[in-house]
Amino acid sequence: MTESESTLIDQIRALTRRIGRRVQYMEVCGTHTVCLFRSGVRSLLPPELRMISGPGCPVCVTAQRHIDAALELATDRRVIIATYGDMLRVPGRRGSLESMRAAGARVEVVMSARDALALARSHPAEEVVFLAVGFETTAPATAAVVAEADRDAVGNFSVLMCHKRIVPAMLALLGDGRSALDGFLCPGHVSVIIGSSAYRPVVARHRVPCVVAGFEPRQLLLGIRRLLQQTASGLARLDNVYPVCVSPAGNGAALKLMREVFRHEDAAWRALGVIGASGFALSERYASFDAVRRFGIVLGCDEDHPGCLCGEVIQGLAEPGDCPLFDRACTPMRPVGPCMVSSEGTCAAWHRYRRTPPRPGRGGRRRKEPSCPW
Amino acid sequence: MMCLAVPGKLIECHEDLATVDLQGNRLRISRVLVPDARPGDWVLVHAGFGIARIEEQDALETWSYLQSAGEAPIFEDGAMNGEPAGPREHSP
Repeated sequence: MTESESTLIDQIRALTRRIGRRVQYMEVCGTHTVCLFRSGVRSLLPPELRMISGPGCPVCVTAQRHIDAALELATDRRVIIATYGDMLRVPGRRGSLESMRAAGARVEVVMSARDALALARSHPAEEVVFLAVGFETTAPATAAVVAEADRDAVGNFSVLMCHKRIVPAMLALLGDGRSALDGFLCPGHVSVIIGSSAYRPVVARHRVPCVVAGFEPRQLLLGIRRLLQQTASGLARLDNVYPVCVSPAGNGAALKLMREVFRHEDAAWRALGVIGASGFALSERYASFDAVRRFGIVLGCDEDHPGCLCGEVIQGLAEPGDCPLFDRACTPMRPVGPCMVSSEGTCAAWHRYRRTPPRPGRGGRRRKEPSCPW
Repeated sequence: MMCLAVPGKLIECHEDLATVDLQGNRLRISRVLVPDARPGDWVLVHAGFGIARIEEQDALETWSYLQSAGEAPIFEDGAMNGEPAGPREHSP
């Protein structure tokens, strides 16, 4: 912690005292959640200042119907599933991609959408399906490879579209009215793509402060201080403390590509339900690359595990420690809910960085878990 | 991490592809999202794609933090890597 960071912490404490009530801000990015823990910033915040982890982990918000669709595709012997590693262990109705791979399904972990397309090029006799998961940071990569596959007529490549848009989810959370929020800490690298001005509807419609911040401790502290300054002054503005990377208009090339390859559609979010225009689907011109259409997949319904509070956790209505499964039936080694599966899930972050005392009546010593695989 | 991008220095470009140096590791990435980036520029790299040009000073500050934190997250779970571009032969 540098001197300037110490000064920022002092200012944050002073502003919180000045506000004189409990203040709740939501970080809507799983990477922010992890960085707040890992940097130690979270532990230095005053108790009256609560940072809530919102629906910003793409694995956590992927609806059950899409997980099950991926598992169904994995049973097709013609298909190779290409996925980011985070999706491997998400449980669905018939297991997980990891368990299906152990049983013989062909599931390849890729580090880039480009790797998935390369896999299709090198396996022309087979079908490669890329699980397209993530917010706007990751979505342009999918748009780029779909456009490339179209240009080069790569006929054995398709995508299972699960990409989400962050701003409609923020608006839905505020519209729902159940999450009492004083402001949003907006994700730096999503904002590199969509631009800081994308949050204007949140500020304009709901009079809630939005501050775009990066991921280093100083950025986190600057962002939180700016939110507190607004709350203390009764303001609701859009601010950007990460202008070195984030412009008001975002990445024009990425936005243009997404406009060409994608269209907005209503999308199902785990626990939040269907949110209007909150997802990306392939535009009609590229619809032949849609795995759901190509393989005739019927998307099922969404059912969460009984007792699992992941839905409440990603809305900021509960903390992981409130869940009866947390750190008992649900651990990173044996995850029940998606917030424990993903390294950026709130439950996984709590498991890794924060210890909660056992709940009354359940007592006993905490069972020692093997170290987190991530 | 899913939404984290890290700075890399562009070493060479060939059409839509580029080789970047990430603190000694060379990766091949796409520059289709940063078409104006040229060798010598710094870009944020996410999932095998350059997503923004940034100033060198800001890039170095980010790397300084990543190294002081004891973990350069680019290799943590592979979620934002590009493909290796062969061994490093000389300093950028």
